[in-house]
Parts: sequence; structure tokens; C-alpha cells
Amino acid sequence: MKAVRYLALSLAAVLFLIPFYLVLRNGLATEQEITAPTWTFWPQQIRWENLAELFSNPAVPMVHSMVNSLVVAVLQTAGQLLLCGLAGYGLARIPYRYSNFVLYLVIATLMIPAAVTFVPTFVVVSTLGWVSDLRGLVIPGLFSGFTTFLFRQYFLNFPRELEEAARIDGLGHWGTYWRVVVPNSKGFFAALGVIAFVTSWNQFLWPLVIAQDQDSWTVQVALSTFLTSQSIDVTQLFLAAAVSITPLVVVFVALQRFLVRGVTETGIKD
Amino acid sequence: MRHGRAFWLFVGPFAVGLLVFVYVPIGWSLLLSFFDARNTVTPTSFVGLRNYADMLTDAPFLRSLGTFSVFAVFIVPLTFVLALALALLVNQISFMKAFFRSVFFLPTACSYVVASLVWKLSIFNGVRFGLANTVLGWFGAEPIAWTVSTSPPWYWLVLVTLRLWLQLGFYLILFIAGLQRIPQHLYEAAWIDGASRGWQTLRYITLPQLRTTSIAVLLLLLIAAYQAFDEFYNVLGTDRGYPPFARPPLIYLYYTALGSGGQDFGHGSAGAVILTLLIAGVTLLQGKVITR
Repeated sequence: MKAVRYLALSLAAVLFLIPFYLVLRNGLATEQEITAPTWTFWPQQIRWENLAELFSNPAVPMVHSMVNSLVVAVLQTAGQLLLCGLAGYGLARIPYRYSNFVLYLVIATLMIPAAVTFVPTFVVVSTLGWVSDLRGLVIPGLFSGFTTFLFRQYFLNFPRELEEAARIDGLGHWGTYWRVVVPNSKGFFAALGVIAFVTSWNQFLWPLVIAQDQDSWTVQVALSTFLTSQSIDVTQLFLAAAVSITPLVVVFVALQRFLVRGVTETGIKD
Repeated sequence: MRHGRAFWLFVGPFAVGLLVFVYVPIGWSLLLSFFDARNTVTPTSFVGLRNYADMLTDAPFLRSLGTFSVFAVFIVPLTFVLALALALLVNQISFMKAFFRSVFFLPTACSYVVASLVWKLSIFNGVRFGLANTVLGWFGAEPIAWTVSTSPPWYWLVLVTLRLWLQLGFYLILFIAGLQRIPQHLYEAAWIDGASRGWQTLRYITLPQLRTTSIAVLLLLLIAAYQAFDEFYNVLGTDRGYPPFARPPLIYLYYTALGSGGQDFGHGSAGAVILTLLIAGVTLLQGKVITR
């Protein structure tokens, strides 16, 4: 019975790893090896030169689009944690006449996935003149009702004794939040932050809509353009894909604990 | 009054952003959907409900809802069953548990664009050297044009396996978390009562205890399938355009509102409003089912 379990899991694991194998094989082989009639399991000679060619190919803005993606992902992660964290705390802990009204406005947006409203958002963002602009890429994604709601739920369960101790020490809401609440919630911030980073790095539809000039392409838009037009050769395309995954693989290996927690927190709202 | 200032200090920046980037777009779209607005985002001439009538009688728009349904019928149960099965297996072993969990979760690091690249150009490449066709060749079968053949529609196999690979790990983690919340004493009591360790405990303890997780997973899967765009666009689209088949709602909307045939924000907005109402209905239902 135990052996059957391990056999089934190993089989599934091999299937799940095949795409990663293909990215590396195709990226580091010669084009002849990839298109040969008999399957080459691994390139005769690993062509690291492909990497240098990819980064020096003027038709492929690899470095530029990676930098764009990184800037967008970092700003969106930091911005979401800052804005949604503050709002979540205010909604959870500061008694105010219109607090419930604002909360309803937030909850109402939970019914509408952002992707479904990309046309309306594009209409507004283009009126602001933010097409092909960093602001257009970053700012509309900052105001996640879902993240704010998760923060509110989390802060509702934050131990009140800690906040009261801070109050006795003479701290107001602002001081309490930054000196007591945030430092004691690092795990939760890290969990939501990792999810925000991964989501931002991998998003495609919004950057496709808004990043129309090549200068503002994120790495996903760049890859997609080369894929759908097949304008660069196959080995470079796969190598570009490998390069684009690398930052996230680092995140996965280094921060898996927070990632798993983030998935559990964001997947199911109790 | 002091509370009011503190409240807006915390909530104000977010609330302003929510208004400008969520509520204003939806309101503006509602407005545009009653107007003719081609290649402009300002309403020009009022057409009443005509955009809605056009959309609801437009065969391609209705077909896009059909395409979503076909996709959902395959991807939702497949992901659900396989994620649950793998979660049960991973949860039952002790040696190499973390390893297997990581392997199944790793595809989440890839974007749909990267997965599309691998599926389109390597696994399901229509020529002889594609991986699937190579394997078929070992058994003497002829190569198949996976992404361009419409009868039979092999592209469904490409799109469904792609999404399955990419999203399964996420739901696996949710199921494992759900499994770990089941109190161990329930199993011990069942064993004392003579339940077998396999099917009976699964049927009478594990599955009922996973009810909340299961409903959440099903609805998340459904909502995610509804928004499918990336893999369709990248696997089936070329620089010459998108084929007339296999257009889920967002693909249809993308080409209506922003396609090369001229930007039509009147119809695009009406379509967005209809799709939003449909998905809002589903999520409301979710709230009802979960809180029940």
C-alpha cells in the first residue's frame, strides 16, 4: 500500500517536472537538436552561449522588460501592503460613524474579479493619460478590496492587550499601528506580500492592455509577443522563459513557508 | 471627531483609490454602455439599450459563454479530483512529504505565458518533433496538429492540461490545509468502531469534514475559469489574429473593445456589465452556500 502511494506520487511528480525539463532542454540546445526527427533527451553540449546571445540580441528587450516587471511587482507589493494594511486596520479598530458604509463598499467589490472589468478600468486609465506608463501599470492594481478585507479580518483577531498597553504608553492609533501592530504581524504581512509579488510578476492581461509601447513591456508581454509572432528563434524563446521564471523560483525556495501560509489565507476566507 | 480624523488617515488613501479605480470605471462603463462610443471613451450618441440587445443576440458573444461552459465542465472537476487525490496521498506519507508538496506547487511559479510557450511549442507542437507527437510516433501513430485542429477539437486537451498543471498546486495546498484541520480523534473513534482505514473513513469522515474547503475550491475554480484569458490568447493567438473558435468571454471582450478592428467601447462596456452581473451572481451564491 505504501509502495503504491510512493509510486503514484513519483509518477505524478515526474509529469509535473517535465515542463521545467523542456524549458531547460530547449533553451540550452541548438535549434537542430530541438527540431531533429528523433528526440534528443539532453543537448550533446550545453550551449551557455545562448544566454549571452539572448541578452545581447537588440530585438529582445529582455533586461528592460525584466526591470519593468521587477519595478511593477515591488511597487505593487509594497503599495498593497501599505494601503490595504492601513485601511484594514482602520476598518477593524477605529470606531467611526461611516465605518460600516465604507466596509460595505469594500465588500461589494469582492463579488467582481478585477479581470472582468478590464475594459472599464482601461477607459478611466487612458483618460488619465497613463497608457504605456508605469503609473498605469502599477496604480490601478493597488486597491484590492480582497486584501483589505483579509487585513481587516486578521486585525479583528489581533490581541487587544498589546494595543491597550501601547495606549497606556501614550501612543495614538497611528503610533500603535506602526510600533506595536505591524511589528507583531510580520508573518501575515510576509504571507500576503509574497502572494502579491507572485501575482504581480505573472499577471498578463492588464499589462497587455496598458503597456502598448515596447518601452513599457513587462517580461510577460515581451514573451507573449515573441511567442505569438514567433519572431525570435526557439532556443532564445525558451531561454527567455527560463530567465523570466528565475526570480520566482528564488522566492519559492526562500520563502515557501510564507507562500504556503499566503495561499491558505487568500484561498479560503473563514 | 478625533475618531473621524484617525479613521480617514488610515482608510482615506485606500478609499479614494477604490473610488477612482473601481467605482468610477464601473459607473463610467454603465454610462458608456448606453451610448455609441467607437474609438473614443467619451459617450457620443445615446442609443438606449441597443448595445445590450446587440450583445445578447450576438452569436459570437453567446458562443463565448458556451466556450466558458465547455472549459469549466472539463477543468473544474478534473482539478478538484486530482488536487484532492494528490493531497490525500501527500498527507498520508511521512518520508519526502515536503518534497512532493513542493514539486506539485512549483508550477505556480510559472506564468500562463511561460506555460503556453512550453505547451504550444514543445509538448503539443504539431510537427513531428513535438513531445506528444514523438510519443505517438513510438507507437506508430501519425502526428496530430494539436492547436489548429478543430475536428476533433484537440486544442481542448492542450488548454485543459495546461491549466491543470499550473493551478493544481494551489488547490492541493488548500486541501492539505483542510485535511490538517480534521481532528485526529475522529479517525481514532472510527477505527475503534471497526471502520476500515481506506474507503470508509474517506467517505464518512474525511469528505464531510472537508465540506467548507470543497465548496470554496469549487467556486474558486469556477471563477478562475470564467476569467480565462492568458492561455487562450497565447496558445491559439498569432500575430495574424485569433481563430474564430475557442473564444472565452474575456478573449471576446478583448477583441471587441481593444481589437485591431477599431475600439468599440459602447459594446465592450455593455459586454463587461453583462459579464460582471453574471459573475457577481455566482459569488453571491457562494456567500449564501458558505454561510449556510
